[in-house]
Formats: sequence, structure tokens, C-alpha cells
Amino acid sequence: MADNFTSVTYDDQYILMVNRLKKYFPIKGGMVSKTVGYVKAVDGVTFNLRRGTTMGLVGESGCGKTTTGRTILRLSGEKTGGQVLFNGQEVYDLSARELRKLRTKMQIIFQDPFSSLSPRLPVGEIIGEAVREHGLVPAAEFDDYIDHVMDQCGLQPFHKDRYPHEFSGGQRQRICIARALALNPEFVVCDEPVSALDVSIQAQIINLLKELQEQHKLTYLFISHDLSVVEHISDTVGVMYLGNLVEYGATDDIFSHPLHPYTEALFSAIPVPDPNAKMNRIVLQGSIPSPANPPAGCKFHTRCEKCMECCKTTAPEWKEIEPGHFCACHLYDDVRESNA
Amino acid sequence: MANRKNDGYLSARESRRISRENRRITNAYEKQRKRRNVPEAEYTTAMRDPNNAVEFDNLHTYFFTDAGTVKAVDGVSFDVPIGKTVGVVGESGCGKSVTSLSLMQLLQRPQGQVVDGAIRLNLGDKAYDVTKTPNEILQHLRGNTISMIFQEPMTALNPVFRIGEQINEVIALHDGEGKSEDEIRKRSIELLEMVGIANSEGVYMMYPHELSGGMRQRVVIAMALACNPRVIIADEPTTALDVTIQAQILDLLRQLKDRINSSIMFITHDLGVIAEMADYVVVMYAGRVVEKGTAEDIFYHPAHPYTIGLMASKPVVGKKIDKLYSIPGKVPNPINMPNYCYFKDRCEMQVAPCAGEYPCEIRLSDTHTVSCYRYYEGKDGEGNG
Repeated sequence: MADNFTSVTYDDQYILMVNRLKKYFPIKGGMVSKTVGYVKAVDGVTFNLRRGTTMGLVGESGCGKTTTGRTILRLSGEKTGGQVLFNGQEVYDLSARELRKLRTKMQIIFQDPFSSLSPRLPVGEIIGEAVREHGLVPAAEFDDYIDHVMDQCGLQPFHKDRYPHEFSGGQRQRICIARALALNPEFVVCDEPVSALDVSIQAQIINLLKELQEQHKLTYLFISHDLSVVEHISDTVGVMYLGNLVEYGATDDIFSHPLHPYTEALFSAIPVPDPNAKMNRIVLQGSIPSPANPPAGCKFHTRCEKCMECCKTTAPEWKEIEPGHFCACHLYDDVRESNA
Repeated sequence: MANRKNDGYLSARESRRISRENRRITNAYEKQRKRRNVPEAEYTTAMRDPNNAVEFDNLHTYFFTDAGTVKAVDGVSFDVPIGKTVGVVGESGCGKSVTSLSLMQLLQRPQGQVVDGAIRLNLGDKAYDVTKTPNEILQHLRGNTISMIFQEPMTALNPVFRIGEQINEVIALHDGEGKSEDEIRKRSIELLEMVGIANSEGVYMMYPHELSGGMRQRVVIAMALACNPRVIIADEPTTALDVTIQAQILDLLRQLKDRINSSIMFITHDLGVIAEMADYVVVMYAGRVVEKGTAEDIFYHPAHPYTIGLMASKPVVGKKIDKLYSIPGKVPNPINMPNYCYFKDRCEMQVAPCAGEYPCEIRLSDTHTVSCYRYYEGKDGEGNG
């Protein structure tokens, strides 16, 4: 892959440009902890994220959605390859001091509101710690500022002195959101923010995220395995399979005419709340292969209905099939020729 | 101080008093339960309708905790007909799981007790009330007649035993009379094949950690179906799984149900899954059934404001909406339930009588009932009914 690597140049309209990003985790084995292989958690992911929009990232568990989110934020050590440009700045070229500054601009909301809040800190401190640490507001205005942030996220000022265990799941997720927003970020990675919540609470949190996006012109990377939620909140959607993006495009395009067979199968598996809905479901056989030892060629070929001979040997290329609609599949090999 | 009381604050003294009181109550129940040689007549009953596999009749299951009595299930009645699937929907803490655990009699005792009501289990020629059945008899019913698929396949399997041993144990305990070890082994492998595990002999020798989530759920299903039970309780069997695996498991459950003609009580909070699986739907809220009916009744003519809210708050693929409906407020504290309709404080369709006591069940059609004042006829139903 390194041979045909071309670095991208910064384009003003994109807050985030990810180019062939790779993140491998070594597998240690043997007596002396030798590296015996790699788990290719993220294996060449490319997308551009426009300012003020939401990108949904969907896929089965273990396909590398979360690792992608964390790698973009430089939260899981060094990347293995590729580029992450945030506002034109390569995130991995920054010194520790510069990175610290950038941290206020990129935030993350974690999946599990039960384990991502320190049980020993009162809520006001959880939300305010980073604000004080980065010196974002003068000490005199600090309390007012925290009250203001909490109010925006639907928390009452008297909640400030309470501890996380006194809150329900939905409230805790609000605290997590307030913590991320207190730093006035431009870009927020939402890592399955609603999966641990009940349906009625889910709706509250989704509405809150949308409101805050409008107020603060936020850009979200919304990671979720719940496709209906992703369709509701996202402007663009990326579908991941085994460390690769297999399809990326505008939400409407992806949901109305998915190109990749995996996307099709994934969407046909969504249960529809209508007892008489007749669906011709594509039931994928087997489960997702191990990312430590992915199949040769197209990684999806072991489960694909439309598998051809070439799929087993050569990996398909990532290309723009329609304007703004990317896909990596041999089914569209000839399309490229007509476009190019 | 008054403010603290509302938060559920208890003084140590108050807490001690409650726990003494609880001990007195639970000891009485436990004594009743631990008698030996209970005559069969005491727990034999008759089904209201012989076509039902299970009838829940006004079930009350309470938990006597040191903070007060939690009415986890507070007057639940519904039927599970033979060969049908009944879906139970509701948010966490609404009593879905406790209802199913009451049927299995696997409640955390002594705190958890069935204090009132009956659960009638159809055994063909006779019927038992499982709430009164002594433990030795229940041991034979569990696994053979009723069995349960648990929510988390990761925790439902024992990590230190091989898959094969764990399935063998089920067969040996419930259905193993006169079977040799070889026969049991053969049956286990047959079960693994039945749930769609290709490498059944290999998986037989594996440990749970070697399997993926979907495979583990298949093993748990194989264990539950080992003795061809009449009633299967599936407690959120697909919640921990991906959509593609979920589709596989739902397919499998449907096929297997038809093959052994059993009834399924399907517990989930996912309305999409319910629509796909269930013939009848029961909607629970805060320990009570607020609405029940056929799947068509519930999905096409939802009547209770909670059901309507639940449907509106879930985004549906292909339907564009700007803002999701969200039910305001939260579930009331289970220790201090109000004495009016439990949903009133969150309800946006209130009518005047809502301030009165908890509404009783109203029949909208032969199959469809709802507990809501908006459907009381003859009474002054002013408002937006």
C-alpha cells in the first residue's frame, strides 16, 4: 500500500481529512514476547468530513469503528500509517505541548456513561476540571460558566455537588456531553453515546446532540451500530467491515441505494417495527472473520453473496462510483473506467 | 430534611426497622415454601383456557429491600397461547425480567417473593400453579417444560467447563434417565447441529471464550432447547448482538419454535424485533401491563400514551423526521409509586379523571386491552381523547 500512497492536500471546507489511516495492534507471543502478528484494527480508512456536519460510522462489533475514532484523536498511541489532518494540521506531527492545545478542539463522548465518569469527583468538578486545566475561562467566571454549560445540557445547577452514582443513565450521558462541550470543541467523536440507554432516553439525548450541534456549529463523528439512529442524525455515513471502509456517501444515497453487498445485507437485517412488513432479508452466513488473520482479496468475500473469482485474490480499490458516493467492491470495477 | 426524604434518604434507624419488618415477612413466605411433602392438590389448578401454555393471573412480585418494598411486578395478567410467541416490551426496570423469573421461580430469595396471584402452567393433562409448586417438582419442570435463554451469552456460560460438558449436564439432569454417556454426547452434538453450528464436534470440545458472541448465543439456545420444552422464555436474546447476527438468531428461533411447537415468551425493548417475532404483544410500564393485544393491534392502533410515545421516540429507517419525540420525565421511583396512573406525570394526553386511582383494563376489541382513562366510555372524557 505504501507504494502508491499519495498524501492529500488541505481543503478548507473539511474540518477533518483522513487518508489511508492504519492502526495495527501487535500480538505478542512466545517466551520473549516476540511480535507474532498484527491485529489490523484499522486498515486504510479514507474520508473527509465537512465542517458542521455529522458523519455516522456503522459496522458490526470488532470492525474497528471505535479504534478509528480513537486513532483520529490520537488516543491510542502512534498510528501505523496514513494521515489525519485536523484543520489542515497533521495530528500526529504535533509536539506534546501543541497536542495539549488541540485537545480542547477535539473531544470524545464515550459509550458507557457508567464507567467513564470518575466515581470520586462531584459532577461540577468532572465538567470543570479540563476547563480549569486549560485556563479557558477566568477564575471569577468559572462557576457561572459551568452553570451555563450544565444548563445547556439539561442539568440543574444544584447537580454540581452530586456524585455520578446519584444519576440515572440518561443524566450521566448528559454529564459526559457537558464535559466534552465545556471545552468549546469544534469536533466531537460520539462513540455509541446512546447504546446503553433506553429508547425514550435515547430520543432525549439524540435531540440534545442535534440542538447543541446547531448552537455551536459542531462537527460529529457518530459511531454506532444502531442504523436507524445513524440515519436520523447523520449527513454522511461510512460503513466499516474488518478495518476497512467499504462504502461512504450521503445518508440518503447510502440508505436508498446501497452499493456494497455488505451494506445491503446490513440494512436488510434492520428489524422494522411493522408486523406485516415483508422483507427479503439477506441473512449473512457465519460471523466476522478475525482481524488478525483477515481473508485474502476482498475481506468480505467469505460471506458475500455476489462473490466472484477476482474477489478471492485481489482487494478492490476505494473509488468514487457516483459523485460523493465511495465504495470498494469489484462489482463496480467497470464503472470506474467509464468515469475516469 | 423534608427535601432529603424525597430523595429516598433513610436514617440508619429507619433502615433497621424496615429490614426487621422485611425479615418477618420473608420468613413467613420461606416457611410456607420449605414445607416437605406438600400434597399435589395444593398446587394443581385448572387452566382458564386449555389452549394456553401459561397464564399469568394478577401476579405480584415484590422485593423486600432495606430501603423499602419494591413492587417490581404489580398485578400483571396475560396469557401465552400454545405455539405462539408473546412479546413483552418495556424499558429497563419495568418488570419484564422479573415476570419471567417469577415463571421460572428463579427470583432472588428471600428478598424477592411472589406475594399474590398465580402463574398457571399447562402440562397437558394437568396444570400447576408454579408459585405454589415445591422446589423438587420445579426442578423437573425447569428445563423439561419451561426453559430460559438468558440475555448475556457471555455470562450465561461457565468459563471453566467445555461447551459439551455444559450441554451434557442439562440433558443428564433433566432428561437423562436410562441414557448412557455416549447417547447424551450424541444428543449434545445433534443439538449443536440443530442450532446451526457447522463444526459441532469441534465446538463440543471448546471453551466458551473460544466462541464469538453469536456462537455463544447459539450454544445457550441449544441448552435451552435440549429437552424440547413447551415454553421458552427468551430474555433479550439478541440485545448484545450485531444486527446481522441478530437476524440469524431470530431466524433460528422461529424455525426451532415451529419444529418443536413450543410457545415463546420474548422479552425485549426493541420494537422492531417484537414486530418481527411476536403474535401477541404485552407493553409493560413500571411493573404493570399498560396495553396488550395482537401485534397488529399494538403496531397499527397503539392506544396507551406510553406505547404511542415509545413508537414515536424510536427513529425508523426510511422515515424522515426533524426531531424525535421524547417522553418527558422519567420512570417513577419503584419504592414510592404514586397512587394514580403511573404514567400520569409523563403523559401529554391527560384527561380529568387521571388524578383518580390507577385505571383498570379497558377492552377495545376482543384481543386489545389498555389501561388508560382516555378510553373510559360514558365518563366525561373531555380533553383530546
